[in-house]
Amino acid sequence: MNVIKIDKKTWTEGIGRLQGFYRLIGPVKDGDFYQFKALEKGESPDFSMLNTRLSPKSIIYPQSEVMFEYSLDETRDDCHVIKEIQVEYSPQVVFGIRPCDAKAFLLVQRNFETPEYKDPYWIRLYETTALIGLACNTPCSTCFCVDAGSGPFNDAGLDILLIDAGEYYYARVNTAKGEKILKDSGWSEETETKDAELAIENLKQAAENRITARISTDRLKEKGVPDLFNAPFWEDVAFACINCGTCTYVCPTCWCFDIQDEVRGTDGVRMRNWDSCMYPLFTLHGSGHNPRDAKTKRLRQRFMHKLKYYVDKYNDGIQCVGCGRCINLCPVNIDIRKICEAMNGFEPEQKSI
Amino acid sequence: MENPYLPYPVRIDEIITETEDKNLKTYKLVFLNTDDEEKFIFQAGQFAELSIAGQGEIPIGIASSPSEKGFLKFTVNKVGRVTTHLHNMTVGDIMGVRGPLGNYYPWDRMEGKNVVIIGGGFAFTTLRSSIIYMLHPKNRSRFKDIHVIYGARTPGMLLYRDELTEWEKRDDIYMHITVDATDDPDWKYHIGFVPTITDQKAPEGNADTYAIVCGPPIMIKFTQPVLDKLKYSHENIIMSLEMRMKCGIGICGRCNIGTEYVCKDGPVFTLDQLNRMPKEY
Repeated sequence: MNVIKIDKKTWTEGIGRLQGFYRLIGPVKDGDFYQFKALEKGESPDFSMLNTRLSPKSIIYPQSEVMFEYSLDETRDDCHVIKEIQVEYSPQVVFGIRPCDAKAFLLVQRNFETPEYKDPYWIRLYETTALIGLACNTPCSTCFCVDAGSGPFNDAGLDILLIDAGEYYYARVNTAKGEKILKDSGWSEETETKDAELAIENLKQAAENRITARISTDRLKEKGVPDLFNAPFWEDVAFACINCGTCTYVCPTCWCFDIQDEVRGTDGVRMRNWDSCMYPLFTLHGSGHNPRDAKTKRLRQRFMHKLKYYVDKYNDGIQCVGCGRCINLCPVNIDIRKICEAMNGFEPEQKSI
Repeated sequence: MENPYLPYPVRIDEIITETEDKNLKTYKLVFLNTDDEEKFIFQAGQFAELSIAGQGEIPIGIASSPSEKGFLKFTVNKVGRVTTHLHNMTVGDIMGVRGPLGNYYPWDRMEGKNVVIIGGGFAFTTLRSSIIYMLHPKNRSRFKDIHVIYGARTPGMLLYRDELTEWEKRDDIYMHITVDATDDPDWKYHIGFVPTITDQKAPEGNADTYAIVCGPPIMIKFTQPVLDKLKYSHENIIMSLEMRMKCGIGICGRCNIGTEYVCKDGPVFTLDQLNRMPKEY
């Protein structure tokens, strides 16, 4: 792993060069918020953001995505036959991903790339995308990435991590994909790894010291699923919830989707759209029965999935990277940190069977 | 990269209206490409997504047996958008099948054992698959006694009536067919709910006896105490669950009960497994 020092004076030039090789995506200010957008020619990613309002998950996992196409034209031989769409996946580079959001792709990968089934849509986009992260020198008050298994300078899931050091960016290169991008960019002023690592370590310490939001996850694993499932606090937590689904849409690790057919004239597509466990339709049976017919059950599902089922299933921490978006954007101030504390500290009065 | 969401194209070869209310029809589907048929290797208890262009997909248990070659059979209840559309389709129409999906009844574990099949209403589809499979000359000797307790509201609501009559005639399967009520003077089988008939006809539970239970929630609720009374261990009670599904491969996220996805880790669970899962189904 080597560290390159990029003089900010050469930054725009390099971005321009990369635009010749890749589709570039980066944070751009849009009204009061930042969001990831394809960069126009001559446009640079705006690194003045704390983080984007929506997570970058849609870059790899679009909110709506066409899966198949078909014709309902009875005069055609292939009428009603569902076919794969032909899509060219050109290489793209995303600038300014925060370490928490990059780590989220690794969590989500567990769902889309399993030993039994591979989701070709997610995998193809993930493989053609390079992620260039931006370390967080000034984390937000709602960030709890360190306790969630990430951190403001965490490399996980990143091809390159950029560290803003005033007049320079340090670029920590983690993968061959990252090396290729640096070569294509033309920024390659090699630096003494030792000095750079020291400077980075100092910035990292300063950033971590700014993170005051803590959660405990150490005892989640040992809790019984039925105990937590039947815990008395869910009613209280769900009381204010309006089931708007905002938490699931802004979450970088929420991966649920719906599949729907859409037809215009005789041309049809099958597509998938993000879905949310906050909605009753998510689990409504054809018979009218609904196993999650009340909002408390739906809210419980979301937190049990992130903080217990995922923990049990993969034995590698929680399904949350501590980005804090759901805390910032929940209209009724439901706070995953408080729920995590309640779950982690829960002692049933009597063991459920 | 293989696309697990891509259905195989099939043609509707035959449609049989099964019940007097005409809400249940059996579809015999033939693969358009023989290669696809060879790839579709399944076991009794699995399901598939029936896929209709312009409508969507529905997860339906496979009613044909792995021992029946050249076609697949699905019995479909008319409830929603896709099933209603399917009920209006005709022989020769093209649709899709995606699968096989999910796990299956534990055939390895049930080898050399007694098998008691308990079914109610239209949940009899994968049970039909299982019976045909076990009765196949190549398989019959692999199992000891086979009991079938199957009930519907009325005689006209029983599925696969011709086959039930044939099985009644055989001496290597004990059939206990029942209806909730009937005014048919010629009805020669049982009258009574499935749990009652189970109580009267099912063999005592022991390590060598498995019960496969499929039916509406109310039937399952009242059958379980009967099986407890008959001393069936919960490891030997096999159940198949239903859930709203989309992907069928454990990815889209909606059909979980705790850590288990009904589409991929199920739909078949032992009662012992279900006892340890949240009651959310």
